[in-house]
Amino acid sequence: MRIALFITCLADALFPDVGRATVTVLERLGHTVEFPRDQTCCGQMHVNTGYQEQALPLVQRFADTFAPYDAVVAPSGSCVGSVRHQHAVVAERFGSPLLQQQVASVAARTHELSELLVDVLGVTDVGAYFPHRVTYHPTCHSLRMLRVGDKPLRLLQAVQAIDLVELPGAEECCGFGGTFALKNVDTSSAMLADKMRHVSSTGAEICTAGDSSCLMHIGGGLSRLRAGAKTVHLAQILAATRERPMVLAPGGQEADVHAGPTAVA
Amino acid sequence: MTAVRPSSPVLLGMPALPTSPRGTGHLRGDESFPDAARRSLTDTQLRRNLGKATRTIRGKRAAVVAELPDWEALREAGRQLKVHTMAHLPDYLVQLEEAVTARGGVVHWARDAEEANRIVVDLVRAAGADEVVKVKSMATQEIALNEALEAAGIAAFETDLAELIVQLGHDKPSHILVPAIHRNRAEIREIFLREMADVDPELSDEPAALAAAARRHLRRKFLSAKVAVSGANFAVAETGTLAVVESEGNGRMCLTLPETLITVMGIEKLVPRAQDLEVFLQLLPRSSTGERMNPYTSMWTGVTPGDGPQAFHLVLLDNGRTAVLSDAQGRDALNCIRCSACLNVCPVYERAGGHAYGSVYPGPIGAILSPQLTGIEDNASLPYASSLCGACYDVCPVKIDIPSILVHLRAEHTETYAAEHRVPSAEATAMAAAAWVMRNPTRWTLALRSGRLGRVLGRRRGVIGEVPLPVASQWTATRDLSRPPQQTFRDWWAAEHASAAPEPDGPGADGPGADGSEGAP
Repeated sequence: MRIALFITCLADALFPDVGRATVTVLERLGHTVEFPRDQTCCGQMHVNTGYQEQALPLVQRFADTFAPYDAVVAPSGSCVGSVRHQHAVVAERFGSPLLQQQVASVAARTHELSELLVDVLGVTDVGAYFPHRVTYHPTCHSLRMLRVGDKPLRLLQAVQAIDLVELPGAEECCGFGGTFALKNVDTSSAMLADKMRHVSSTGAEICTAGDSSCLMHIGGGLSRLRAGAKTVHLAQILAATRERPMVLAPGGQEADVHAGPTAVA
Repeated sequence: MTAVRPSSPVLLGMPALPTSPRGTGHLRGDESFPDAARRSLTDTQLRRNLGKATRTIRGKRAAVVAELPDWEALREAGRQLKVHTMAHLPDYLVQLEEAVTARGGVVHWARDAEEANRIVVDLVRAAGADEVVKVKSMATQEIALNEALEAAGIAAFETDLAELIVQLGHDKPSHILVPAIHRNRAEIREIFLREMADVDPELSDEPAALAAAARRHLRRKFLSAKVAVSGANFAVAETGTLAVVESEGNGRMCLTLPETLITVMGIEKLVPRAQDLEVFLQLLPRSSTGERMNPYTSMWTGVTPGDGPQAFHLVLLDNGRTAVLSDAQGRDALNCIRCSACLNVCPVYERAGGHAYGSVYPGPIGAILSPQLTGIEDNASLPYASSLCGACYDVCPVKIDIPSILVHLRAEHTETYAAEHRVPSAEATAMAAAAWVMRNPTRWTLALRSGRLGRVLGRRRGVIGEVPLPVASQWTATRDLSRPPQQTFRDWWAAEHASAAPEPDGPGADGPGADGSEGAP
């Protein structure tokens, strides 16, 4: 099976460790991952802010770039949600009938990481080792757009030495919502405050999720409050092993992860 | 240039459908959602009241919905009934008019708030009354009927307990179902002591005592009023039957005691057949109050000699609804049965409160309904008053895809703005620039590598100021931004897979910006 990685623009620019961890997990399971360099962004930011026509070339690019692959994986429920639900809207309004077909075809083969692992590859134990107290935040788009259900939790439960604790109010939005956090900064901050309170109440060292964007928001808040808990993407936990453990950095909002095929200087 | 409403092509020669006119009714706020929310967010009492109330109703709803094994089938039935009704609305409205008329009622058609108010005022005057009792009605709140009656010298008395609290408090409702949700019982006690002439000065803030005080206050009005004004939860086209669903029985008093009954109803409230009510009478109470069945369901058909009101008038209100109906993507907002489940589950509503939405329709449904009723530019901040978390869609008893309609209305806003302004907004310019960079992998790679992305996404701790979006810099008021990494993913991949396609020309991974130095002011 030819698996292509869709890195997402945010992970590419700000959280490359998440992409490396995704590759690590899949390679450890015996799969070869390809990274089509022509990919850019899914266009969700444009669609969600009201600029659907500007998203058209991005939708076209996504469909063209990933057409040759049997499966596309992205470490983001939000971006996969956009590919699956919004690309069709953009293609229908501004694209050709051919693009509409391409979009439907690629969307059906595009999976969020936990979906690919559990549904497509049929694995829940990926051989990870992570001796930390962790709480899981199911991001809104994973939860309600993709319906990933308990797949991420099943993957986490199979991780050796992990101490998985339930997050109170887990299904409530963290308040990120892309440009919502900019346009409605006060409401967003109030939502974030409650999410952080819940994370802190678990005593977890790590809050994990399947979306770098939500983690950037939650982690940014926790860092500002010097709350102690850090944010780590689900892929990074799944990539960590006894031999290549993840090193939690003392400061900063996100742990520096040195688990991966190549340690980064 | 993109058309204003590309999703709803208007045929040449067809007149544009009118939205609710400015200056009448309560569909527009005085300020944008973020500004109004900022104020309510500082009201800790309001946030406590709201958080407690919505949490309680959420829990009750979830419990009673879980009892029904066929809940999803019911939702789908509700959705299909509504979609079908909207697709044939003109036919069903005419059928309703014929059925109501045949049973001795009189049907009035009102294009907007002003027309509806004039019709009601004239009817009350013709009945020789100078006061009316009212059963809670969103439609009359929408058109500001109470204010219109007052201007005509007619006193209107709200009889729903929560509406009474709002009216006596000289306040505005902040919730569809629980209009005084932002008040706690201590506040209600103070309002009653201040505003009810005949109240016991020793009144406690026990719910039973407060209800008893309201009952004594209202009883005299019920017995003396000659005219009642009601809303309607449903109207059955085939029989001309109107239905009101309520908890307290005050509505039934209004519907049965006065001589004249005037019902003001939005034209979307129709169901085709009486049998269809079986679906909605299951969906509504469980979604709204978290009850299996509401205590009072009143239905009436025309007039019955010697029993109940002897004159019945039905005012069918458009006020922008046909404009909503003309938008294929947005029209599902009309399917709403006003249960308020979306309000109770919305994290934005819970923090910002109902008043922040400006309109009588707050919360997620208000964020898609109000801008469509008024025209998008009159409520342009509302479609953005959501994180698109999707919780509202999950609980909606008629499966209105609120997040998708929010996104659709955002596009309508930006496209309308672009059509009406020669100079693009700062945001539109930024979005176009980002799209220009992102549509080309070479430009994108260079942008990521050189730190130019910082202008789009922000990259230094404490600084996001170069994003030309309003309030962008406020991101860092409560959050730290992560430090940008040494190397983008794609550069790492290229280094790892040296045999891969040649890289675009430009600064390498160690070039300007790789250490985060570029992009700082």
